[in-house]
Amino acid sequence: MKANIQAISYYLPEEILSNDLINQEFPEWDIEKISSKTGINSRHISAKDEFSSDMAVKAAEKLFKEHNIDRSKIDFLLFCTQSPDYFLPTTACIIQEKLGLETTTGALDYNLGCSGFVYGLSLAKGLIAGEMAKNILLITSETYSKFIHPKDKSNKTIFGDAAAATLISAEKGFCSIGNFVFGTDGKGAENLIVKQGGMRFPVLEDNEDIKDEFGNVRNDKNLFMNGSEIFNFTGEFVPILIKGMLEKANLDQDQIDLFVFHQANKYMLNYLRKKIKIPEEKFYISMENCGNTVSSTIPIALYEALKEGKLENLQHLILAGFGVGYSWAACNLTIE
Amino acid sequence: MEINTFLKNFADILEDTDAALIQQETVFRDLDEWDSLIALSLIAMADEEYSVKLTGDDIKSSNSLNDIFEIIKNKA
Repeated sequence: MKANIQAISYYLPEEILSNDLINQEFPEWDIEKISSKTGINSRHISAKDEFSSDMAVKAAEKLFKEHNIDRSKIDFLLFCTQSPDYFLPTTACIIQEKLGLETTTGALDYNLGCSGFVYGLSLAKGLIAGEMAKNILLITSETYSKFIHPKDKSNKTIFGDAAAATLISAEKGFCSIGNFVFGTDGKGAENLIVKQGGMRFPVLEDNEDIKDEFGNVRNDKNLFMNGSEIFNFTGEFVPILIKGMLEKANLDQDQIDLFVFHQANKYMLNYLRKKIKIPEEKFYISMENCGNTVSSTIPIALYEALKEGKLENLQHLILAGFGVGYSWAACNLTIE
Repeated sequence: MEINTFLKNFADILEDTDAALIQQETVFRDLDEWDSLIALSLIAMADEEYSVKLTGDDIKSSNSLNDIFEIIKNKA
């Protein structure tokens, strides 16, 4: 049985962190120059009392409204986040209630970052193929801003908060979901991490702020990203991921009409694009107004590509997510 | 592998720095333009021009551009 993407919508929080605001805070920084490289002009930041379940609900309500979807037909909810409301209960259960989904709905959270959307599509496809569900609501939602130290200019410049809602069904949609390849390398765990706050290292109140070699300030309860290690990881593994994906889907690289990668930042994406030898016109970049929104970058990019008519007359797409874990995954979509 | 070619490659990464400042003994960290993105550009340059994987620790342990050059040369 085929699984298809029916519809996508996304939600961005109201507060905008513009380049001007970053510049006011860090006047020594040439933010315009940084932005021309990262491809990010503004990011949205969740309100103090706005959490991943709230954003998830807003994205899903938007999905129902924009695409005229009857919520009672949803029989499974997959929720991807690394910034859940609580340790327990499962955030997906809270979302089920807030959205008024049937109590016969299956619901679970899973913890993945940049590879999360592609993983979600694979789980949804499995549920449909196994005849366990017919209409799956996949929501990705992250509030990384709450992890970032106020004086960590690098991460503040890159990451934005967002949620995206995607409906995957057995019924025909705008594209069918094809094959998947996955990868994991826990050796990279420490390179993108929020160390404190879990069981191993509870949050300490007397954390000392540390300034890194580039002047970014953070401590162990904040988001830490080792940019150069992440950069090297993607340079090494993403080309292998794409090669494996093409083999799995039995497609030649020039048959692919559009590649949609996790929108990490423009500089890294272009480096990967050149390394894999993908022509510019077959490589979609869309993060100018929202930044790196972790697991929501791919659905946001797909939504924008659809909206601007970029997918018209195309047949084969490849999606690829990679990052925190390290974890990576790719899949192919066919527009029918 | 030529030091002069390497210095030129490094100067090409920079936008606002006078190429004359880019010498073997230049302490790259002291350049006004040096930041985490330039560090990524240096890693990308090492990969694209010399097929060498330069790590964050390699950069951290270096002071001059010549130090970087030697690391790349040894790894090439």
